[in-house]
Order: sequence, then C-alpha cells, then structure tokens
Amino acid sequence: MENKICEKEVTIGNADGLHMRPAMQFVDIANRFQSNIQVSNNENTVDGKSIMQMSMLAATVGTKLSISAEGSDAEDAIEALRELVEDKKFDEPAPDQEAGHSEKK
Amino acid sequence: MEIKKGIAVSPGIAIAKCLVIDSEDYRIPRRSVGSNQLSGEVQRVRDAFKAAIRELSLMRGEYKRIDRSDIRDIFAVHLRFLRDKSLRSRITSMIENHSVTAEYAVSATLREIASSFTKVKDTYISERATDIYDIERRVLRQLLGSKREDVRSLTEEVAIAAKELSPTQTAGFDKKFVKALAADVGGRTSHAAIVARSMGIPAVVALEDLTETVSGGDTIIVDGNRGIVIVNPDNETLSKYEAYSVEFVEMEHKLDTLREKPATTRDGEHITLLGNIEFPDEAEMALEKGCEGIGLYRTEFLYLESDHEPTEEEHYQAYARTISFFRDKPVIVRTLDLGADKFTQSKRFSREPNPFLGLRSIRFCLQNLVMFKTQLHAILRASVLGDVSIMFPLITNLQELMQAKMILRDVMEDMDDEGIDYNRDIRVGIMIETPSSALTAYSLAQDVEFFSIGTNDLTQYTLAADRGNEQISTLYSPVDPAVLRLIRTVIQDAHKARIPISVCGEMASEPEYIMLLLGMGIRTLSLTPPMIPEVKQIIRSVTAEDCSRIARKTIGMNTERQISSFLRDATRRILPEAF
Repeated sequence: MENKICEKEVTIGNADGLHMRPAMQFVDIANRFQSNIQVSNNENTVDGKSIMQMSMLAATVGTKLSISAEGSDAEDAIEALRELVEDKKFDEPAPDQEAGHSEKK
Repeated sequence: MEIKKGIAVSPGIAIAKCLVIDSEDYRIPRRSVGSNQLSGEVQRVRDAFKAAIRELSLMRGEYKRIDRSDIRDIFAVHLRFLRDKSLRSRITSMIENHSVTAEYAVSATLREIASSFTKVKDTYISERATDIYDIERRVLRQLLGSKREDVRSLTEEVAIAAKELSPTQTAGFDKKFVKALAADVGGRTSHAAIVARSMGIPAVVALEDLTETVSGGDTIIVDGNRGIVIVNPDNETLSKYEAYSVEFVEMEHKLDTLREKPATTRDGEHITLLGNIEFPDEAEMALEKGCEGIGLYRTEFLYLESDHEPTEEEHYQAYARTISFFRDKPVIVRTLDLGADKFTQSKRFSREPNPFLGLRSIRFCLQNLVMFKTQLHAILRASVLGDVSIMFPLITNLQELMQAKMILRDVMEDMDDEGIDYNRDIRVGIMIETPSSALTAYSLAQDVEFFSIGTNDLTQYTLAADRGNEQISTLYSPVDPAVLRLIRTVIQDAHKARIPISVCGEMASEPEYIMLLLGMGIRTLSLTPPMIPEVKQIIRSVTAEDCSRIARKTIGMNTERQISSFLRDATRRILPEAF
C-alpha cells in the first residue's frame, strides 16, 4: 500500500479551546484512520490518537496546531480533522458568536 | 523513636507492626517495592484499569436513559482515558523504572497530567484538571479495593494506621489480627473509634500526620489510654509499655469478674445494660461482657461487606445467627442506617452537597422500597426465633414514622399471603436522634412501643456541629445544655406516654455521663460491649438518689464546660481508675 505523508496547520476556533470533549472528538476521528497521526504546537508533538496526550496540549482558542498524518489514508485523515477543528469547531460556539463568553468563565 | 499525640478513643495498649491503609481522597505516599514485585504491581495496574472501565461502562448504562448529554460526555471522556494505551504505559514504565507501588504510579502520573492543565492560563481548561482527579480516584479505588482484601487475609498481628477509616475498610478487618487502630483525623464518635471500641482494641485518632511518619512494618505502640502513638520505640520505652500493658489487662480482668453481678445501684435500682453490636460474631463477646440483650443491632455491615445488595436470605442468616446467641433476651434490630458517613461515595452517582442533611438512613429506605422491604421481610422472618424488636432510625416527623409502619404492614400482609410465620406483635420503636423528633416526642410516642435516644446524631444536629470535624470538636458535646434539655424532654415524654426509653448513643458508654443519665430517669443503657464492666462498676457504686441530685445540679449550669467538669469530678470520686 502506498504510504503518504500529509501536513496541515489548523487554528482552534471554539471559545473553550481543546478541552476534554473536543479532545475526545479529535481522537475519535483520528482513530478511524489507519495512518499515524501526530499533532504539534510550538513545544510538543503528541500522538493524535491518544486522548491523554491530546488533552495535555491544552490548546486554547487561537492556538495553531500542526497535524501530520502518515499512511495510506493520510489525506482523508487530515481533511476530516481539519473539518472538525476549523469548520465544525467541535460543534461549539466560537468566541465572536457568544458575546461576553470569556468574561463569564 | 517518635511520639505522636492524639485523642484516645478506645482503651487498651497494643504493640504491633504497623499496616498503613491509604484512603482514596488523599495523596498516596511514595513506597518502594522490591524488583521481584514489579511485575505484580504492573498487573495490578492493568486489573485496576479493567475494573474501572467495567464500573464506568455500567454507570454509563444507567445514565443512557437520562437525557443529560453533559454527563454522558464525561463518562465517554473518562472511558477514553482509561483505554488510552499511552497513559497506561506511562504508569507501568514509572513502576518499572522507579520501583514504586501501583498506587503511587497511578497517583503520581495522573497528578502530573492534571498539573499540565492547571498551568494553562485559560480557566476553562485549567478546571479540567478535576476530570483527571476523578479518573485518578476511580482507578485508585480499584487498587485500594484489592488492598482491603489484604486486610481480610492477614497472617500476623498488626496495628492499622490510616488517614481516616471508612466503614467499608473496617468491615473487612480480620479481628484476630487487628490489634489497634490509629488515624490522622477523627474524634470520639468517628467510625474508627466506634469500631475499635466494639472490637475491644485500643484506638487513637486526630494524630494529624501519623500516616506520613510511619511506614508499613514499623513497630508502633498504640496507647488508647493516654492517647499517644509511639513509632519505632526504643528498648526502654518498649519494655516499660510491655509492663504497662500487662497491668492494664489485669485491671480489665478485675472488671470482668463483675460479669455475673447485677447492674444494680446501692439503693437497689436495677439498670438494664444492653449491647450495641454490628457483626454477628460480636454477639458472643457481648454476652461474655455481661449484657442482657442487644439494644442496637446495626445492620449496615451487610451492605458494606459485600459487593452486591444483600439478599433476603443473607439478611435472615445474619439475624438468625445473632438471635440464636440471645434466645429469650431482647434483640432490637435497627433498620438500615446507610448514608452520609456510612455510605461510601463510590456507591452514589452524584455527591450530595450536604449528606448529613440529605438522603440518608430511613429517608433512603423510604425511597428504596424494594431494598427496605427485603430487610423488613428478613427481620420479620427471624422474629419467631427470639425476642426481636424493630427500630427505625433518624425519624424526623410523624408522617415518616407512619409511612415506615405502613410499609412494615405491607410486608406483613405479603408474608401472610406467602404463609410465612412471623411475630405479629413485634415491637416497633424509633431512634430519637433529630431535634424535631425530640421536640415532638410525645406525639411520636403514641405510635411506637419504645424510644431509644441516639445521642451522637442528636448532638450533632442540635449543635450543628459535624462530629467528625476535629476543628470544631469543642462544640460537639452530648452534655451541652441544649442537648441535655432535649434529652430531658424526651425522657419525660416517654414516661408520660408510658413507653420504655433507652439511650444507645456513645454517651451511654462514657463513664462520666452514666450518673447524669440515671439521674435524668434512664433505666436502660445500650452500649458498646467492652465498656459494660466499667459502666456496671459505676452503677454498682452509686445510689439512684445521688444520681438524681447530680442531674438536678446540672440543670442550673449554663455552659458545657461547667457541666462536663462537674460530671468528671463526680465520677472520679466514684471510680478513680477510670481516669
């Protein structure tokens, strides 16, 4: 099987950042793919299929993450994860959609 | 050698090797294990994770029916953490590289992860650390759960040291080998104290940081008379204590000679001394100590000892065994008093913000009718084996009592249909342990055949002071003028309504309170069996007349301090060796 390497930079778009539930959604999608998936912020690179490692990135809103996938379904994996983070924003409100959100917390 | 001072809560002296029990809510001390044990510790981690996953899946099933996506998400997140291979390998490699226990590796690893959250500026993310602590507790509970098994299968004598002892932990103690208890927190009426007194072993509590000072295997002396614990004593101290311990046993024997003698005051007033017991095997000891029946048979152990809800047959077997020791002597079975201090949080789905004011005891039973009826069925079935009575705990008002009695009648009708024999005239009584029941005692008395005052809860509810909280331990006292006033009211109302009344709280086993209770009109005391000889000696040394005078004098005293020092002086004159 053909081994591909794909990379993509995404920005966390939901107000509450990559907390438990988004991290769970992320690893659930990542685990659907056969490819190895790694995610890094400036400091660390972690396994995108491990909820522990993903949640330890503790990425807040606006954080840029670079996702890389290696394997036969690398392209599809990257696209699915990008969609979750940037388009669906983990089905959570973005900061501008909810006025005063950050003060409330 | 290190000497720790605490509060003496159960008399006696024990010298034994220390066994430290970790409690789920506290930091697990770092303990090293030998290289030959490492693979065993790794396996314990695997098993604990497996069990935690099983437990959580079951709980998630319970919540499927409820439309709470937030709770379901929490379970889902926790499950993914528990299944996360990189988490597990991080824990097991810690065990292998640092030779530590499974508990320590789990705790340290998860706390390290949690701290990576708390460092983040965003409060929403940093609060997620609590999820990690939850996961930590869940796994630790599995690990410590298996440790309780170790306590069940001891092979040498030990003194148990713990931050705090929960009923689930003490229920598993092998009474042959546990020689003393020592706890960092607690007071005279904390669970560890009650258990120690009922087992007749010394106990010291409120030792603050004992568990951080001792390691398993250290020799410790638990002096339950003076309230001290000595860690790794030197030879001189050790031999002094060995002699002291022999002396103490001799005094105990002297008291035991009182067994056959009646508990009668010098002016001929007979006082009925009953025992408070929990386990069927305490029944024999209660008889040995000379009690005339059981005034409080606690039934919680059935729930705390096993992992399933006890069946009717299990209830029945336990009751039948206890009753068989007493034959025609009275046995008062108290229905389930679970909740708050006696119910481990692990059995609850959600923490109550205020468990002592929450769904506990009879309230819990009235909302869990299947469980309640199972117990009543078993008590009724056992009622033909001896002189059995039923006692409902924590009654707050008359409606609650009527409801409990109605359920009892329902069970009786069911048994009529089933053709099962039971004592139709079984006596039904209640514990008076809330201020509301004390204040309405006269009306409650019209519908019951006896009262028993539960002074522990009555004191804590009257004074709004948690009996387990050592920071306010000076507030908690059964001889506070307010509590005494309630007790007096209840006694008078019981007399007016012509129903028997007894006291079954810890107060009835405190030497300095005996004269006061007799003076207020109490003629039946139910107490922890090891204290019976001492209490009997007091009774045999006083006259009812003396007692009345003492009780009358306390009416004029306005502070707890005044009353307690007055009572202590009065008792010291009667029984100097009790102090």
